Amino acid sequence: MTVPDVVVCRTGTANLASILAALRRAGGVPRTGRSPDEIRAATHVVLPGVGTFGAAMDTLRDTGTDDALSRHIESGKPLLAICVGFQLLCRSSEESPNATGLGLIDDGVTRYPDGVRVPQFGWNSLVPGSGCRTLVAGHAYFANSYRLEHAPRGWCAAMADHGGPFVAALERDALVACQFHPELSGSWGEALIGRWLAMPC
Amino acid sequence: MLTARVIPCLDVDAGRVVKGVRFQGLKDAGDPVELAAAYERQGADEIVMLDVSATPEGRHNARDAVAAVRQALGIPLTVGGGVRSVDDAGALLEAGADKVATNTAAVSRPELLGEIAGRFGRQCTVVAIDAAANGDVWEVVTLSGRKRTGLDAIRWAVQAVEHGAGEILLTSWDRDGTRSGYETRLIAAVAAAVPVPIIASGGAASPAHLVEALRHGADAVLAASIFHESDYTVGDVKEAMAGAGIPTRPVPERGQGSHA
Repeated sequence: MTVPDVVVCRTGTANLASILAALRRAGGVPRTGRSPDEIRAATHVVLPGVGTFGAAMDTLRDTGTDDALSRHIESGKPLLAICVGFQLLCRSSEESPNATGLGLIDDGVTRYPDGVRVPQFGWNSLVPGSGCRTLVAGHAYFANSYRLEHAPRGWCAAMADHGGPFVAALERDALVACQFHPELSGSWGEALIGRWLAMPC
Repeated sequence: MLTARVIPCLDVDAGRVVKGVRFQGLKDAGDPVELAAAYERQGADEIVMLDVSATPEGRHNARDAVAAVRQALGIPLTVGGGVRSVDDAGALLEAGADKVATNTAAVSRPELLGEIAGRFGRQCTVVAIDAAANGDVWEVVTLSGRKRTGLDAIRWAVQAVEHGAGEILLTSWDRDGTRSGYETRLIAAVAAAVPVPIIASGGAASPAHLVEALRHGADAVLAASIFHESDYTVGDVKEAMAGAGIPTRPVPERGQGSHA
């Protein structure tokens, strides 16, 4: 099997050290990259969560990374999107009303309702829908104030509950998008990253 | 459903974990990397690491210790102590922290919380509040308990959230290290006043104390000496929580991950 060439998008101020450490523990040899060329060269790409939805999209567009990411996804190569990275795949977010996301998921991200603790900090249990392969039942670590409420058509979704159901993660072919942080979800998260790294490239 | 978190705290001085009473009389309690990894195996939901000597001595946090713990740790790491600027916070996040806690510097200049939240997000921004009873109210103390500020702890909690704090690490200075139980009235008062999660700290001696703090509105409980001195494991606490009907993440089974 080809050794995966893993590039973590350096889109600003993510917790890169935690992501790199987790990828290494799961058996990967990751590096960071910020140019479209580096994304194109990779077999596996990680899109981490960074600051606000709008600021993260601006960074992707300014560097031309948005097109490189879209092409990477279209070609069916493995992508792991984390937290805000997951939200960037959607059309929009209430966090940054004027910003437009990558639009791969045709729905908008909304704020949690009043009366629940926000940010959601901590471990929540995932219920994977039928057809999920990379996503399995277990507890995952979340740190988010916004979420996707409804599972989009054409994706396998794992759901969780915080003041009502929300989408904890999605998968389709080699694309895995997690609202939670697999890199901070202990041995369960490490096993998930391991399954993603093992996807053919 | 979101589960309540159990958070062992590593007070670090010169690269070693220490424990004292009311931040004084520090004793050696072990190596931070070994302890953090052991607590993860026991089922800890998160680790907090505080550089206890950083602010009193006016130096920066031990970034090397953070980087070493990060390599070994697969759960979230919050780091505090000596954070006085956005760049200090950035250096800790780069070294491997997921969240950064500020205490003394945020009291002196609350805008710091907004600056950290603006650059790194509210989910990275923790305000640590040390509160001491003063009659019927609680007063904020800083400089590891050396300075009384005259600031009302509840009012400060509300202001800190307005400035950008996404979580509150709430320590009862009167109870810290005394093993007499958490200050549950303080926890309830702060939890009612702010929408963000509260980590209760100070005074834990038994799993029953941690359960009590969660019942009074804490979203997470932090403890040090009961774990360091092997009185109880994190698993013991979780068993007590489950018995009390508090949602908890089960202790991970060995062999579930590739290195577990």
